[in-house]
Amino acid sequence: MSRVDGYGRIDRSRTLTFTFDGEQYAGHPGDTLASALLANGVRRVGTSVKLDRPRGITAAWSEDPTGLVQVEEPFPEPMLLATTVDLVDGLVARGLGGRGRLAEVPDTARYDRRYTHCETLVIGAGPAGLLAARTAARRGDRVVLVDDRPAAGGSLLGTERICGRSAFDFVADTVAELRADPDVRILPRTTAFGHYDDGFVLALERRTDHLAQPPRDVSRQRVWRIRAGHVVVATGAHERPIVVEDNDRPGIMLAASARDLLHRYGVLVGREIVVFTTDDAAYDAAADLERAGARVTVVDPRPGAGGSATHHARVVGTSATGSEDGAVTAVTLDDGTVLPCDALLLSGGWNPTAHLFSHVRGALRYDAELGAFRPGEPLDGGTVVGAANGTFDLAGCLAEGRGETPEPVARRTHVLWRTEGEPARQFVDLQRDSTVADIARAVASGMRSVEHVKRYTTIGTAHDQGKTSGVIASGITAELLGVPVESLGTTTFRPPYTPVAFAALAGRQRGRLYDPERTTALHAWHVEAGAVFEDVGQWKRARYYPRPGEDMEAAVLRECAAARTGVGILDGSTLGKIDVQGPDAGVLLDRIYTNMMSSLKPGRVRYGVMCGVDGMVIDDGTVLRIDDERFLVYTTTGGAAPILDHLEEWLQTEWPELRVSLTSVTEQWATFPVVGPRSRDVIGAFAPHVDVSNAAFPFMSWLDTEVDGVPVRLARISFSGELAWEVSVDGWHAAAVWRRLLDLGAPHGITPYGTETMHVLRAEKGYPIIGQDTDGTVTPQDLGTEWAVSKKKPDFVGRRSFARPANLDPLRKQLVGLLPVDPDLKLPEGSQIVELTDALPPPPVPMLGHVTSSYRSAALGRTFALALVKGGHARIGERLTVPVDGALVPVEVTGSVLFDPEGTRRDGEPSVR
Amino acid sequence: MAEQLPEHPDFLWRTPEPKKSYDVVIVGGGGHGLATAHYLAKNHGITNVAVVEKGWLAGGNMARNTTLIRSNYLWDESAAIYEHSLTLWEGLEEDLGYPILFSQRGVLNLAHTEQDVRDSVRRVEANKLNGIDAEWLGPDEVAKICPIVNVSADIRYPVHGATYQARAGIAKHDYVAWGFARRADEAGIDLIQDCEVTGFTTDGSPDDGTARVTGVRTTKGDIACGRVALCAAGHSSVLLDMLGVPAPLQSHPLQALVSELLEPVHPTIVMSNAVHVYVSQAHKGELVMGAGVDSYNGYGQRGAFHIIERQMAAAVELFPVFARAHLLRSWGGIVDVTPDASPIVGHTPYENVYLNCGWGTGGFKATPGIGWCLADTVANGRPHPYVAPFALDRFVTGALVDEHGAAAVAH
Amino acid sequence: MQLIHCPWCGPREEVEFHYGGQAGVAYPADPAVLSDEEWARYVFVRDNPKGRFEERWSHSAGCRRWFTAVRDTVTYRFER
Repeated sequence: MSRVDGYGRIDRSRTLTFTFDGEQYAGHPGDTLASALLANGVRRVGTSVKLDRPRGITAAWSEDPTGLVQVEEPFPEPMLLATTVDLVDGLVARGLGGRGRLAEVPDTARYDRRYTHCETLVIGAGPAGLLAARTAARRGDRVVLVDDRPAAGGSLLGTERICGRSAFDFVADTVAELRADPDVRILPRTTAFGHYDDGFVLALERRTDHLAQPPRDVSRQRVWRIRAGHVVVATGAHERPIVVEDNDRPGIMLAASARDLLHRYGVLVGREIVVFTTDDAAYDAAADLERAGARVTVVDPRPGAGGSATHHARVVGTSATGSEDGAVTAVTLDDGTVLPCDALLLSGGWNPTAHLFSHVRGALRYDAELGAFRPGEPLDGGTVVGAANGTFDLAGCLAEGRGETPEPVARRTHVLWRTEGEPARQFVDLQRDSTVADIARAVASGMRSVEHVKRYTTIGTAHDQGKTSGVIASGITAELLGVPVESLGTTTFRPPYTPVAFAALAGRQRGRLYDPERTTALHAWHVEAGAVFEDVGQWKRARYYPRPGEDMEAAVLRECAAARTGVGILDGSTLGKIDVQGPDAGVLLDRIYTNMMSSLKPGRVRYGVMCGVDGMVIDDGTVLRIDDERFLVYTTTGGAAPILDHLEEWLQTEWPELRVSLTSVTEQWATFPVVGPRSRDVIGAFAPHVDVSNAAFPFMSWLDTEVDGVPVRLARISFSGELAWEVSVDGWHAAAVWRRLLDLGAPHGITPYGTETMHVLRAEKGYPIIGQDTDGTVTPQDLGTEWAVSKKKPDFVGRRSFARPANLDPLRKQLVGLLPVDPDLKLPEGSQIVELTDALPPPPVPMLGHVTSSYRSAALGRTFALALVKGGHARIGERLTVPVDGALVPVEVTGSVLFDPEGTRRDGEPSVR
Repeated sequence: MAEQLPEHPDFLWRTPEPKKSYDVVIVGGGGHGLATAHYLAKNHGITNVAVVEKGWLAGGNMARNTTLIRSNYLWDESAAIYEHSLTLWEGLEEDLGYPILFSQRGVLNLAHTEQDVRDSVRRVEANKLNGIDAEWLGPDEVAKICPIVNVSADIRYPVHGATYQARAGIAKHDYVAWGFARRADEAGIDLIQDCEVTGFTTDGSPDDGTARVTGVRTTKGDIACGRVALCAAGHSSVLLDMLGVPAPLQSHPLQALVSELLEPVHPTIVMSNAVHVYVSQAHKGELVMGAGVDSYNGYGQRGAFHIIERQMAAAVELFPVFARAHLLRSWGGIVDVTPDASPIVGHTPYENVYLNCGWGTGGFKATPGIGWCLADTVANGRPHPYVAPFALDRFVTGALVDEHGAAAVAH
Repeated sequence: MQLIHCPWCGPREEVEFHYGGQAGVAYPADPAVLSDEEWARYVFVRDNPKGRFEERWSHSAGCRRWFTAVRDTVTYRFER
């Protein structure tokens, strides 16, 4: 056991049991999995990805490149660092050989996100960060202080003194002061992982994994979205190893990490320790470890460094002779000395943790004295303080935290990337098994850029993203190329700083909350009526209402027949509606629609088509003129938002002189088409005071009335060719009016129908659905709606495009009807169309177009389709072939209007007019 | 032990200084530029060629893409070039003598609405007639090919089915670029890195059709040239501005991301438009995902995080097992997007300057195909038949190749 | 994610905005007199500079007003 008394902040009064690689062990609250394993003498954690070499813990926190584990219980989670997994009772984990395993069952944990705003965000609660937070709080700022470890203090481990007091007292006092300030939020166990423009920082709070019994109402993890006026990056520094031969064995670790493990967890990483350093900080570690009971030998090649006990030499290799777990047993120095040991600690200096500065394009510059890249020119809205800024002495960190410029302190770091040895066994990226030999091969192959070397060797691409290996790789590459490190630079830091679970980023946007569901005011009725729904954009629309034993085809045939012979009713409330008001409303609509709208009389309705500036149809629908200065524009369901945007864009950016305002009223109006030869009876009964005769209430007119005190708008609009009214009412009264219409229609067999029947009815009449019969490449002429393209207006959006050569091509695809020769065969929508043939030629087979809509028609007593066909209008009467499931189906091209082409039905069946 | 990545060759390319003059200068040392260089040498024997690259070879979109290779495009014009490319991919490892890890694992394009289904069937039927392997699969068949896709009916946008192209696949992007680069270098072509084009020297006038480029000004000096091929992807507009050639291009950030290495869970490639997901599992085991295009113009090689969050939500929605996979790294490329989501290839107002740009999110899969066709175009001074429909003048005539609409499948 | 200054609402999150590309491209006074080339230029061609860009934004999830802003397409930073 390597636990030592008198050290660590673990709770030794309680014992936790956990399982690792099938063996059961004990640890304490406050342990990480790594500290508990080391305390139990488990030094080998996993095996390396390519070479299968044993690997242990090499660093104490999130920079560790080797201690990767798979957690199996409480819930499987792949590839976590043992150093960052809180020990809980019953934890089951195993060491990894390179790949994690995803759970086979869905994660039931909850994740969420929160927004917060502050004047000052401080990232890192080490000495510099604490002082920065305190300074900002005393100034009166709203402050958010995030820190990725469970408790504040950062690099302070208790042996330091600040203003003559124990550093821990300083930390406790500062935290207490901050906690007492209502404008300060402290977020421990929270990792700022991404820094974006304008002070936007994302931070992941781990809320429950450390708890023995997580409360059910607390999300497991939370992504904080912090918008700060000023971002203080106080994220410290990562110690840098020195690359030596066989430097990948368990028991080889960063010096400061060994010290961290001692002071936080009471774990002594060895009894016989060699420290190989070119930097002074490692002496603190050596002294602490010695005090805790280890025998420590310092190897430091810097002349004059250290005390008399220091070996002025270099470690050039390690061995693991007789070691069962592959851990280090001895090191060899360049003077031939062999030092037996059970731990080798490395310290080649420090790399400022400048990731979050770099995320927002902060430029790093190489500091030859530190042998490290440090933040260069400061960015607006942010500062980097303390070790993250390359200021490594405590006094300097405190000064920078206070916003002061520290006294310069001479560093005596000797930059040593590696010592002599066999390059193929000198590991640069321990997780990727990438060595100095790999870098040498990359350079020899012609690579000159660190980005190329990184890709060739895969250094820095693993779980740790090269936190400890990146700069060394640059350094060694530079040495091999014989160029200064600064000329190579380093690879780019990208978010996230540490890995973040997909589910945490997804937050609550899962299941039904993945995307809002829009439902009409009648949704409950549809559900009760047993409707089958379809997704149309965000809307849930009733597609059909099957009766017991009916499939969709049977239900739709029944619904269609009702609308053609009796009366049907549809919930059409999802149609987009735009209230267009102002003295120039007509002018605007004339410029937008292909046809004339300003000539529409109040009380009348007109169908219109809209094109983009490229002349392609983008939407269609009816327009009601309310009065001289007001129109109600109906768009397609999908067009509601984009068409409003389209109108606003033209109005505001091209024609701001027009006095028009636009408002969406989609949600305000519920609209029910009442359709069929008996609709007059229903509407007549519904609004008995309204004369619903053709003469008094002609096709394409509308009026406002009241029914039982409820304002109702009636319009004679037909999307089916049948006599029809659209009943519009505000959402509050929608359900009551709908039920009333059903009651009044009952004697006539009124039949609710869904979108599928609506599609069949309109297709029988050749009315296109924008987005189904068009695809952004179709003009009004292609659709056969030239009649809705004004010849009188000098211009409207898209008009000029009609004159382009491709628009005049007689072989453009045009909307036609198709009748399969076999009247019972329904063509699959999307089928392609070729010339009439009984054997397909070898590919590529020239295609003439495709089937856009295809149905079985009750009214026609057969199947039919709409299609876009090259030169289709000229092909009416011809036969073509549609390949369907390997068969070649002959079809006849017809006009697109297949039912009642004379339009005799829109005023009602003659017998019931 | 989890992986067996192939060894790289001992030698890849020289680092030459530019000569005074070349027969052909290719601007842009990405996948397209390097492939063009290779095929100029291999197919046409043209080797007095320089590829000038402002940064490091294949360091732009080639280094940042999500490596999907497929040819199941809707329109004949697109299908022809992408299928040509896919056919070349199928022999590329041999041609380049480089282990590019081309893995034909199939792509599923999921349909979530009735309109998705129509559009999917339309594309599948068109593919078949164009000789491209394509199938329409129901939800059960989708689950057979990729068992981790959530085909349950009670998700927000249930899977109604998918198109499937079995020959689609992925490859290791860097290796592809290095394979082309090595072959080009072997043929004597100079690959010149850290060499940014700052201008062109020209002759004649665009007004009477006599305009030509005589040389390329670079940060490594002036280079005279007989012909120029522009393969600068997101930076094409910067070059075209130097030549005064207007083109309908907008450069946008496009982000992508990877997870940590995972045991195999995802045997194919899955794309969905309605629930924006695009994911495959690479050879080493990481999940590779493409996110959406950021809305604004940007040359910053980074995008906004809400795009990534939306992508994660979509991924977990469709693949519940991904919940505790971890986002390891995200990055951004610069995609040059055209109004019809199809590339622009061919002549420019300068008689000896050939343009290749506007590939948007689809450039990687086209790499060998466009390299082949552009080399042919440059060598013969006329558009290769596969690129002819993608000429700049289609925006004048209106004969667009609109891959937004029915085939609206990003990447 | 940027903080974008709407001239009417003040600074708001980027997700509230809709991008509109190059600013100052006027609709031709009389499209009918333009050549196909000139018309195509208007319909399809927009500047795409690397650097300073005068562009249109709409505060679509807020006041729905369009406005013009100047932004650097490399740093993404708005001029204020």
